Amino acid sequence: MLEAFPSQALLGGVLIGISAAVLLAFNGRIAGISGILYNLLFNPLSASERSWRLAFLVGLLVGGYLMLPVEFELREGYSQWLLIASGLAVGIGTRIGNGCTSGHGVCGIGLMAGRSVVATATFMAIGIITVTVLRQFIG
Amino acid sequence: MQRIIIALISGLIFGAGLVISEMINPIKVQGFLDLFGNWDASLAFVMGGAVAVTLLTSRFILKRKTPIFADRFYMAVKTSIDGRLMLGASLFGIGWGLSGYCPGPGILNAMINPAEAIVFLPALIVGGWIGQRYSA
Repeated sequence: MLEAFPSQALLGGVLIGISAAVLLAFNGRIAGISGILYNLLFNPLSASERSWRLAFLVGLLVGGYLMLPVEFELREGYSQWLLIASGLAVGIGTRIGNGCTSGHGVCGIGLMAGRSVVATATFMAIGIITVTVLRQFIG
Repeated sequence: MQRIIIALISGLIFGAGLVISEMINPIKVQGFLDLFGNWDASLAFVMGGAVAVTLLTSRFILKRKTPIFADRFYMAVKTSIDGRLMLGASLFGIGWGLSGYCPGPGILNAMINPAEAIVFLPALIVGGWIGQRYSA
């Protein structure tokens, strides 16, 4: 039972929470990845507004890279159409819903924001339905 | 400069957390969402661990009048639970299920599974651009 305990998942989750807490405590900002990415890409920003977002994304990639020796099976041959449809839906959805797993799920719930609680419950439920339909009926 | 360093550190910790927790593995994420099939519950501990920390720390952080290195807290302006939020969250849920990628892991997979990222990331950016056009 002990070896089945997902300690890696818990440790990673705690790190993500600490990351969000650091950004809020020091910079007063929400660690929402979709918001950071889209503001950087689509909104005209002052140099200081741009630079912290860029720094966060660079950190995200470097931090991930440094931990990469974590091994797992790499998915191969997944449907390109599903990847395209997924990217479009995630992009449109997170932009008009103002957040993703990080902004609503981790930060928003932590701040006990009603919008984020509802958004998170919704995307989790719809995600479960989507995977169920995908696995049971499509294959 | 302080704020840039903090953002960099926050990003570093976030990226490390996403990899260590295996959130960056879309097979694992789809397994977590496969509640009625072969459910892999482990990722619930990612969300649980992260939310436990933000719930515990937010109340202390917000007791301060201002953040340590900034003039104010930049919180979400919107509080209403409206159709846009529901539509957006629903579309995101569909997209998340279809591939197992949400934005952070999608970005990190540029380094892990570039064959998928080269298809997913352009679509994510185009989708964000479309969503932006319909944002108030």
